[in-house]
Amino acid sequence: MVEQIAHMVVHGEAWTVKDLFVLPNEYVYWSIQIVLYPYMTGLVAGAFVLSSLYHVFGVEKLKEIARFALVFSFALLPVAMMPLLLHLQQPFRGIHVLMTPHFTSAISAFGIVFLTYAFIVGAEIWFVYREFIVESLLRLEAKPNRSAGDSLLLLIYKILSLGVRDISAEALESDHKACKFMAGLGIPVACFLHGYAGFIFGSVKANALWMTPLMPVIFIMSAVVSGIALCIVCYYLFMELRKWAAKRGKNFFLPDAVAHGRAAVDYEHLRSIQDHEVKMTSKYLLIFMTLAITLEMLDMIFRGYTAVRSWDALRQVIYHKDFAKIFIMQYGIGNALPFLMLLLPRITARRAALASVLVLFGVFMMRWNVVIGGQAFSLTFHGFMEYHMPIIPYDLETFKEGVGGALLVGITPFVIFYFINMIFPAFIEDKTANH
Amino acid sequence: MKKHVWRPLYVVIGIVALILLFRMVYVPSDFGAQERGYTFGFHRLGNEQDWKNFPAKYKNSEYCNECHDDKYSSIKASPHKMIQCENCHGPALNHPEDPEKLAINRSRNLCIRCHSELYMPSSGRNNIPGIDPQTHNAGMECSECHNPHNPSLEDM
Amino acid sequence: MKRRDFLKNMAVFVSGATVSLSALEFVDPKEVLASNPELRWGFLVDTHKCVGCGFCVKACKTENEIPLDANVTRTWVERYVITKNGQTFSDCTKGALNGFTSELIDQNESGMKLVPDKDITEAFFVPKLCNHCSNPPCVQVCPVGATYSTADGVVLVDRTWCIGCGYCIMGCPYGVRFFHPVVHTADKCTFCYHRISKGGNTACAQACPFGARSIGNLKDPDDPVTKTVLTERVGILREEFGTNPNCYYLGLSKEVR
Repeated sequence: MVEQIAHMVVHGEAWTVKDLFVLPNEYVYWSIQIVLYPYMTGLVAGAFVLSSLYHVFGVEKLKEIARFALVFSFALLPVAMMPLLLHLQQPFRGIHVLMTPHFTSAISAFGIVFLTYAFIVGAEIWFVYREFIVESLLRLEAKPNRSAGDSLLLLIYKILSLGVRDISAEALESDHKACKFMAGLGIPVACFLHGYAGFIFGSVKANALWMTPLMPVIFIMSAVVSGIALCIVCYYLFMELRKWAAKRGKNFFLPDAVAHGRAAVDYEHLRSIQDHEVKMTSKYLLIFMTLAITLEMLDMIFRGYTAVRSWDALRQVIYHKDFAKIFIMQYGIGNALPFLMLLLPRITARRAALASVLVLFGVFMMRWNVVIGGQAFSLTFHGFMEYHMPIIPYDLETFKEGVGGALLVGITPFVIFYFINMIFPAFIEDKTANH
Repeated sequence: MKKHVWRPLYVVIGIVALILLFRMVYVPSDFGAQERGYTFGFHRLGNEQDWKNFPAKYKNSEYCNECHDDKYSSIKASPHKMIQCENCHGPALNHPEDPEKLAINRSRNLCIRCHSELYMPSSGRNNIPGIDPQTHNAGMECSECHNPHNPSLEDM
Repeated sequence: MKRRDFLKNMAVFVSGATVSLSALEFVDPKEVLASNPELRWGFLVDTHKCVGCGFCVKACKTENEIPLDANVTRTWVERYVITKNGQTFSDCTKGALNGFTSELIDQNESGMKLVPDKDITEAFFVPKLCNHCSNPPCVQVCPVGATYSTADGVVLVDRTWCIGCGYCIMGCPYGVRFFHPVVHTADKCTFCYHRISKGGNTACAQACPFGARSIGNLKDPDDPVTKTVLTERVGILREEFGTNPNCYYLGLSKEVR
């Protein structure tokens, strides 16, 4: 019997390169999809917190972006599930997390927390848009020649109204109170949604890089940072597109029926809103960026200072192998540079948006450096592994856990947002003064 | 607060009820926290028997002895007495019904597992007589000169 | 007056019932029995005796249907070579499926390392397998209850329920878990549960010609494994993680990773 047989590639082998002494079963099992999962849930949580700054704390100046943030947060929710489904070796058994949750595991929280959060955001959107839903309902019902699209929209609004058509001042006041309650309730749940993601890593005592009680807090802070930055970037871009359309007398991303006449195609009006909202939001971005960087620095300093057994291997990963990814990409381009850009005087909306793009990159690198970095060294502390993300897929696995799968996850929220925006217009301007 | 604000809650309760109903049908009835408690013993009880029913491949040398007592005694009288028959002849499975014959692995690679000379001072490896596989009759099967059931050339 | 009395009695009754019912929860007879069963599997590895032949790895893969050509294994053997100037070189090609047949130490991307015999002061082999911990961190982190510990201490994976998230693989400090390339669930050493529960031996211990591996009942004071563990100096791996492993090592050295 010849020992050299054709090779059966195991999961992780295609993208892992081992160096020195690595145990036989060690591979980079948690790859790009596990990097994307906390990234996407972070965006969800962060966008929601931004929206809540208006709805709960009444920061009037954030009113317009808050509405956008809420709808975008809802569009991001199903996408948060995608990386997990793409990663699981048995994706059709994914519901087991809801069927037999083992609550000693942080991942089991996923099912419950995710559903709770979805319910809260859904409820809040209902309260915020209820007046709009009923008004659209009545408008469409009164319309004599309904197109196929109109009929579908009417059906959707009928279902969404949950049988309630009361839009008296008293009812709307109740809506506002309920919305405030939901937004308030949602903040701790959003924190939990992302705190538990940090706990998933922080509680793994087997992994020398992940194990720290700071991990849940670091994840929450950087989640809020990424969520706010995403809203700044997307809001800026969507408004840029709306301004471009307005110059040509067209109205983008806002159903004509709701666009209140000339204001929707008034270039100056759109520019002033965009300018104002983005600049206001950047101030909050700075606050959370400070918090996030403080915690990450604290963790790094402690490790180097205490220098436990794993430090020799970790040091080689942090200061040599991953030096560029950590210090140049994450801390340099992704943190220090946007920090400077936001602090320099006479900030413009464009500079804030650019800084936010860099921040998004920085948070992505932070997730990468934690997830992949934690698997860059062997359990032996005398070996290393390199993750080579598959670019051109040659089978289902190298697609799911490669650039293809990553792009799929990145594009989907915008596709979903496009459709949700038709039902819940994110750019509708709230004429009522109070929130 | 007007009554309509409770409607979303009713929707939520409805969805949760559906999930719980589905759960009653989907989850096997023997799933739960068994003897070792919730942290370490939460599982489907039937799986323990599933693993006990996993088919065994190897028997052991005593089983081979029942028919092949001559081969068994010969190797037991040699320095290879501690090696299990199935290490070189493969798992017995359902032999003699299926398979009827077991392969005899004459490959060089089998022997050099122990007999390629390595300097391993604090291990039993140093006590095994060894050769350099690159230079010692490279390419030949060891069994052309050494009988695995009586490997010492002096005795032959 | 009557209503107040009725409510007071109800309150007393309910609180009383709650206390007594909750007392039933506090002491679960099944858990008491599990904490002291007559059978608790344990394993003994004698690193003095291991010669690095790799028969154990081949037998395990054959017995447990782990494809021979897949680079994952339920058990493996590591080689340690220590030089006079205090350097340690270790390797584990294919988990020692084909044994150790060359003096060249496999350092993966860093190539093959030749350590001249004259520089070697100490060299030995260390077989490794799942420790079937009493406090298994892999079981703790399973989100769906697909992996568990039996009453006799063996940690198993339910192939029909595992969702393949890989949390247990990341949670194991010993690196014994992997994704089975055919079944696509988590997998690991089962102490050959299908053999030992019928009075047989584990495939690896049976295949080992030099007696470097043996399984036994740690609750039986007459069991040879138990006697060794109780009377000789044995070590365990990665004690600092509090996993309470049930694999004991004779001849464990400080260089062992």
